[in-house]
Amino acid sequence: MAEMKLIGGYPEYMRKSIKKVEQTRMKRKDYTPPAFTPEEQKEVLQLHPDFAPGGKRKLSIGPNKGDIGPIEVLDLLEAYPLIEEKDVDLSNADFNTEILIIGGGLAGTTAAIWANESGIKTKDILLANKLRHGDANSIMAEGGTQAADRPNDSLLRHYLDTMGGGHYANKPDVLNALVNDAPFIMQWLLKLGAIIDREENGDFVEKWGGGTSVRRLHSCRDYTGLEEFRVIRDEFRNREIPCIEHYPAVELLTDGKGRVTGAVLWNIETGEYKIVKAKATILATGGFGRLHIRGFPTTNHYGATCDGVVLAYHAGAKLRDIDTVQYHPTGAAYPIQIIGYLLTEKLRSSGAQPVNKDGEAFVFPLEPRDVEASSFIKECYVKEKGITTPTGLRGIWLDTPLIEIKNGDGYIDKAFPGMRRMYNRFDIDMRKDPVLVFPTLHYQNGGVETDPWGKTSLHGLWVAGEVSGGVHGKNRLMGNSTLDTMVFGRRAGISTAEYVKNNNPTLKLTLEHTKKYIKQLKDAGIKTDRRAPILLPDYRGKAALSRMIDVFQ
Amino acid sequence: MNKKMNIMDRIADSAKSVTTGVDAKDIEHWVTIYVMGRAYEVPADLTILTAMEFAGYKFVRGVGCRQGFCGACSTVYRNKGDYKLQAGMACQTRVEDGMYLVQIPFVPAEKAIYDIAKESYDVNAILKHYPEIARCVSCNTCTKACPQDLEVMDYVQAALKGDFKKAAEESFDCIQCGLCAARCPSELVQYHIAQLARRMYGRYEFPEPGYLKKRVKEIDKGEFNKEMEKIMKASKKELVKLYAERERESD
Repeated sequence: MAEMKLIGGYPEYMRKSIKKVEQTRMKRKDYTPPAFTPEEQKEVLQLHPDFAPGGKRKLSIGPNKGDIGPIEVLDLLEAYPLIEEKDVDLSNADFNTEILIIGGGLAGTTAAIWANESGIKTKDILLANKLRHGDANSIMAEGGTQAADRPNDSLLRHYLDTMGGGHYANKPDVLNALVNDAPFIMQWLLKLGAIIDREENGDFVEKWGGGTSVRRLHSCRDYTGLEEFRVIRDEFRNREIPCIEHYPAVELLTDGKGRVTGAVLWNIETGEYKIVKAKATILATGGFGRLHIRGFPTTNHYGATCDGVVLAYHAGAKLRDIDTVQYHPTGAAYPIQIIGYLLTEKLRSSGAQPVNKDGEAFVFPLEPRDVEASSFIKECYVKEKGITTPTGLRGIWLDTPLIEIKNGDGYIDKAFPGMRRMYNRFDIDMRKDPVLVFPTLHYQNGGVETDPWGKTSLHGLWVAGEVSGGVHGKNRLMGNSTLDTMVFGRRAGISTAEYVKNNNPTLKLTLEHTKKYIKQLKDAGIKTDRRAPILLPDYRGKAALSRMIDVFQ
Repeated sequence: MNKKMNIMDRIADSAKSVTTGVDAKDIEHWVTIYVMGRAYEVPADLTILTAMEFAGYKFVRGVGCRQGFCGACSTVYRNKGDYKLQAGMACQTRVEDGMYLVQIPFVPAEKAIYDIAKESYDVNAILKHYPEIARCVSCNTCTKACPQDLEVMDYVQAALKGDFKKAAEESFDCIQCGLCAARCPSELVQYHIAQLARRMYGRYEFPEPGYLKKRVKEIDKGEFNKEMEKIMKASKKELVKLYAERERESD
């Protein structure tokens, strides 16, 4: 059979639906469906992957025993550690540092700079990366960063918007820290030389985000995370802070009595390990999108495999809100090469409308993400008004041509160069045609519990960024994740600096905690060959895998 | 697909080629690609990255975000019957029949060390840190190598002249993959030069908005402490009420 003929990137049968979208476009230009009432929100949320039947179980070991969580996450928490004490020589540390930071995205890199800024010498800091410095979800953040800086905005509003979006489960003290530090972080970014979208008069261009009550979103075109990270990494490099790449942490080290004293790093290319002894350790390892919870595609980086939560839990740290997962409403659903990729919420705040196969607008475009995503699932699988792709996925249209009808010609090239470039590569002109979307796994809402300075329940262990839990409650708002990484990266950097200046703990290096963990697994009757952290997902073809043999071992 | 499956299982089933790897039995169209000279038959719909995974590669280098933002998977390739050496990101480039390819996951490149707060915003700032920029022979090879289709040579020329605005704006979408530097006959490191130009422009071109300065001062003085302490103690019932009552700024 010949390959399917495409017209402007789409097969003919999809073109028929696009015709209907075109026919209703001018009518929809001035019409926005009303926002849901709280009761309607509650009803549609029943279709959200977090609430739909199945997919979860109870955690059977550790400080959070009894908590409910996604099967894919619990499979990693109820797995055996990668290494035991007999596998490694802990008598000599390869690196002896004051502060070890694991994970070099926005949070970890910011932490390093602020530890240095707080008086810690560069030689006493070590940043370890699983892949390259900057291989992180941070650089993929498109939309923006929230900060309540305009006169009609307030910290209180930012707090309330986030609390309501998080279903009132947010931890108040860390949320307060988030909104309090946000304007300072914007000022810091400007001092570093970040290029943030401006109006003619020099004011920031501030956009809506789903669930915000005012325009509060600061963007850098649709490369916000990339621009923020580039300047922060450049600053880090100018300070010449030690940094090693392709060295994931495979286990934390403890003194066996609840104090974290460093980590075992592993050269992902050669297999050799390195022992790091540290007075303070900051986990900034990001989230878990690559676990493909409930079988969803993801927007996440290749390395987003829940490592930090697993390592912290092995050491005995407390987690929270691990039961909820954020699905971004607008992941690409077509073409096959980009399934699951992020289409920023800023498209909707700039006028793009979700539309079904008959060209009808069916939902307020800026509901909180969980509500918006659920309404798309409803449209596709309950109302049967989605569009089915040649590979069997369903999606709804995001009517991007409305953006230029509302904002003028040329707006998409200016504001969404990344999106436009991505679709161009597959011959789709998003200025003229809508794009097909469906919810995609986006964010780990919960994680390791902390105080407002990133300190965990364990001595010697801090966390920052997506690996932490509490600040976003059960559902994160747009623009609060890049903010989270920088606010709590900075706070963890300052807090660890203060700690190492004022304390001189005895640092015994052991893997006692893994021994205890294995005992708990056995006592709970967990028989499995699963091991964690997994470090990377596996997408190798089944045919190739079935014929692999290992001759070097 | 089984009609009796629940919604979540139906969604998972429809996405399984993306989440668990491609199964050969689902594939109709095939092409042959040559990875560093060795032939592999791979599904025609895949990108270079996913096609190599299909062939059995598990990446620990030459892969990052998988969505065109991080610059880790730079790849150069030549198509059958074509003299032209092309460049692209493995995660963003569809395989073609007869494609010969190799990844370039790392570029050795010197980055200048500077303190952005102490730089002066004048035309020589870039020349001072990257004197080799004057060696540019305007051959445009960098531009042809750029997987983001940036006008690399133009921004280098702008940087050389101290035109920070043009250098910053033209280079803004750079993902720092390094292909420009790998191809440059004059041995410039275009993406580091652009980074300095952007930071200079971002730091010195725009005044800080007055309202931002004011808000940071208010926070420093603790002007919001009282209301924030109160809201942090609010019950869920009170929060629900306040959330429902908050007024939305007009569009």
